[in-house]
Parts: sequence; C-alpha cells; structure tokens
Amino acid sequence: MIEARGLAIGYGMTQVATGIDLAVVPGEILCLLGPNGAGKTTLFKTLLGLIPALKGTVSMGGKPVDELSRAALARSVAYVPQGQVMEFAYTVLDLVLMGRTAHLGPFAAPGAADHDRARYALDSLGILDLSEREANRISGGQRQLCLIARAIAQDAPMMVMDEPTASLDLGNRFLVLDRIQALRDRGFGVVFSTHDPDQARELATRIAIIADGRLAAYGTPDETLTAATLSEVYGVPVALERTNTGRTVIAPVRPASY
Amino acid sequence: MRAGIVLALLALCMAASMLAGSIIGPYQIPPGDVMKALFARFTGAPAAAPIDTILFQIRLPRVLAAALVGGALAAAGASYQTLFRNPLVSPDILGVSAGAGLGAVLGILLSLPVIAIQGLGFVTSLVTVVIVYALARALRSQNEVLVLVLAGIVVGALAGAGISLVKILSDPYNQLPAITFWLLGSLSGIKVSDVWNVAPLVVAGLVPLVLLRWRIGVLSLGDDEARALGVNVLFIRGIVIAAATLVTAAAVSVSGVVGWVGLMIPHMVRPLVGPRYDRVLPAAILMGAAFLVLVDTLARSAARIEIPLGLLTALIGAPIFVWLLARGRRVWS
Repeated sequence: MIEARGLAIGYGMTQVATGIDLAVVPGEILCLLGPNGAGKTTLFKTLLGLIPALKGTVSMGGKPVDELSRAALARSVAYVPQGQVMEFAYTVLDLVLMGRTAHLGPFAAPGAADHDRARYALDSLGILDLSEREANRISGGQRQLCLIARAIAQDAPMMVMDEPTASLDLGNRFLVLDRIQALRDRGFGVVFSTHDPDQARELATRIAIIADGRLAAYGTPDETLTAATLSEVYGVPVALERTNTGRTVIAPVRPASY
Repeated sequence: MRAGIVLALLALCMAASMLAGSIIGPYQIPPGDVMKALFARFTGAPAAAPIDTILFQIRLPRVLAAALVGGALAAAGASYQTLFRNPLVSPDILGVSAGAGLGAVLGILLSLPVIAIQGLGFVTSLVTVVIVYALARALRSQNEVLVLVLAGIVVGALAGAGISLVKILSDPYNQLPAITFWLLGSLSGIKVSDVWNVAPLVVAGLVPLVLLRWRIGVLSLGDDEARALGVNVLFIRGIVIAAATLVTAAAVSVSGVVGWVGLMIPHMVRPLVGPRYDRVLPAAILMGAAFLVLVDTLARSAARIEIPLGLLTALIGAPIFVWLLARGRRVWS
C-alpha cells in the first residue's frame, strides 16, 4: 500500500502542490486527474521516491520511502513510463527482463528463472508472441503493454503508470485499459494518470484531482467527478450527460462567448 | 545461446589474430615454432635463441599491448555509449582521449616516469569527461545527443590546444619527436615492462564493468526508469565513468592517441549480439583486441617504414563507420 500524508511536492525550492493525502491499496485503482502542468508527474516521482517530498511523508507498506533502499522500493512499487522510442534496439524480452533487476544480486545477470518470470508476464498480457520483436518496432499500445509486462516481472504489488493511454488510438486505448482492469482483479494496486475523466469514472475505485497547487478532490468517482468540480479544475464549463445505455459521460458546454 | 556462440567465435578470432601477430614480421616465425617457444617457456626447457628473444622481447609484448589497448578502447566506447544513452559517443568524441593525451604529453615534457604519466593522463581525462558531461547538462538542449557530442568536440579542442602549447614548450630535439610520434598513435618500441605497467590498470577498469554489466545496461533506459527498477544510478554511473576513463587513460598512456576503435567496435558487435550491454561489453573487448592486433601487425609489416597506428585506424575506421551509418539507424535503434 502507498500512502501520502500532508505531502507537498515540487523540485528544490519550487513547490508544485501541497496538502496531498491519499492512499492506494492492492486490488484498487487510483486515477489521477489534473490539468497540464498541475503536478501529476511530480506527484508520481515523489510517490516512487525519485524526488524527495518537500513536506509530509510517503510510505510504502507502512515504511517511509526515504528509509527504503532503491532495490527494496523497486520490489514494492513498479513504474510504467510512457512508452517512448529508445536509443537502443532492445527486444521486448530484453526490456521485460530489466524488470527483474531488483531481484538480482549486484553482479548477476538474469538467469533461467528470471526468463520464466518475464515470459509469464508477457503471456499474462497476451503478448508472448512479441518476445523477440524489437520494442521500437511494435505499435504504441503493444509497447505500453510491454512496459506493463516489465512491471509485472518486477513482482511489486503496486504499479504507478504515467498516462498509459496517452497518444494511443481507440483500439489500443481499450486494450490497455482492459489489461489494467485485469491487473486490479489479480490484486495489484494501480495508480494511473489520465486526461480523460470518463476513463477515470469507468475504471477507478478512487479518484484524486490535483489543480491549483492542491488536492482539489479525492474520493469515489461519483463524489469527485461532478460537473462543478470538473468545470472549476479545467476552466471550461462542462455538463454530465447520461447516454442511452445508462453511462454517465462528460460533455463540454459551449458558452455563448466562444 | 546465440550470443554465447558469437562470443566463442570472437575469442577464437582474437587468439588467431594474436598468433598471426606473433608470426608476421621482418623475421617470419613459423606457427609451429611460436607454439614450441611458448611451450618451452612454460616447461622451462631451453629455447631456440633468436626466436625466443624476438618472440618474448619484441613481438609478444607488442601483440599483448595491442590486444589490451584495443579491448580497453572498445570497452570504454561501449560503456560511454550505454551510459550516455548515445550511440555516437566514444573516448575520442567525448574528448577523453585528447584529455588523456594532454596529461601524457605534459608528463613527457616534465620527463616524468611512466607511472606518473599514466596517473596524469587519468586525471586529465577524468576532468575532461566531467566537464563535457556538466557542460552538456548545463546547456539542457532538446537534442541531448548533439549537445554531448558538441561539448566533447569543444573540450577536446581545448585539450588539443593545450597539447600544441606543450609541443611548443618542449625540447625540439628530444621531446618533440617523441610527443609527435606518440600523438599519431603507435606501439613501436613497446617493452615487456610497458605491458606490465598497463595490464593491471586495464584489468582493474574492466573488472567492475564486467561485474556490473547488467545494472550498467539498465542505465541506458534513463535515470528515472533505472532508479525505479532498483538501480543506484549515482553509484553505478560514478563507477562506469571512473572505470571507462581509467582504461582509456591506461591505453592512451601506452599507445598514444588511437582513434575510432571505441566508436566503431561496439557498432560492429551490436548486429552480432544485440544491443544488451551485458553482451556488447565482452564481445567488444574481444573484437577490439583482435582488431587492434591485426591493425598493428599491418602497421609494422605493410610498408618499409612503420605506419602510425592512429593513421591506420582512421583509414579503416572512417569508411566502416560511414558504411554503418549508411545501413541506417537500425544499427543501434
């Protein structure tokens, strides 16, 4: 479980947001929303212990993050970055094997057991057939799944995903979201950021919204994704509408002055 | 599996090139006699006079030095490329070779003993790589590859200016020819003691690189990802910079400035073993050693006079590198 208490985040002297209290537990999805530049990535880096908290604490399974070693932290929480093209032509299997690093001795390279673990991770996402493909030469959705497979191979109960559906087409977006849901059902605790409140409503157990340098809302989708909150956070008037199938979706309200 | 076979073949190539280097020269020694002389050394049996002297005083030290220098430069190139996530860097391009050269010519100017020349070369090259890296970070450009390469060229040019200054200040009859010849890169006049001076330094630099091969490879994903995967980035990066710079400085201190090996060899092994550093490193060491032994054999036997080594590696390296570039980005990405 990841827990943040009285957290202020930022770089050095520059505070990005403050007063953040939240928790993620295994078997739950926490969705992080917020306008561009609100500090979603900064919050992730702080939760992962990549940058220090300016105030407050982040704890991982009850222990403060700054007291855990890099390897211990990596065995507790896995990071799924946005899949970018890399400088080197690693195969999908190579990349997933790197997820095993925290379980290896300092002078060791992955052995047969680690290969098994990596293949299992790929298989559980249905992309074992991509193993020997070059990670730069598969689709964006497949690359995102490959990085999620690496997180599974990392054997950490928690996962932090930075906009896993950004720049994916519709089909790939649904594919990735479906797999994230499956991870939750397997007992992983997942935190992910998104710019799509509908996506958040569909998947999240809980939602956190950061805006204007603070935690603007935190709670269940119904509590947080109200027309009033969203309008305020994103600075455009929005309305909630119910579709014929009974889903609630967000629709912009075009003001007369546009 | 496949990587293992490639490594075994490369080790064979290296052994074959070293045997060829022992056979070929103004005084041809038949392969059988090389084996006999080696066997005699190990068993302590009396050896055939001219062959024993030529082999153990002249040829083997030179072959071993070439293998050490080639392996060291290729390992340093592979390490810098992985560390800086940049397939276009090498000891030459980062200015490390020029930095080591400046320290070494200073040492020659001051008539220092070999060990002090090496020490000075290590310090100046370490300073160079730190300045280059800091400069590239400070400039914070979108194009990290370009900025790092440009910073290396700038700092390397400064070191080059320093070398010119040392040349002007040096004694034109004794020191200047030594400095000039040395700057062209050469293994002529290598003594057994030179090999003994350099080998421990090269090994001391290669051992941590080989031991930490997996974690170093993970660094190629970038700082944040590597740390999130459990790697102590600052510690590993410090070790890689120190170790790669140490082997470069040690190599440069014995061979002078031999360019291209560090840039070219890792690119030649990646199509064979893939981009993973834990495979590229041993393959690059073996291929770099084999390559430089062959080039050095060519340098001392192709013409009546000895051709400077750096000249030959440039002649061979430049077209091969252009060919690699022409094959497209596929070579590294």
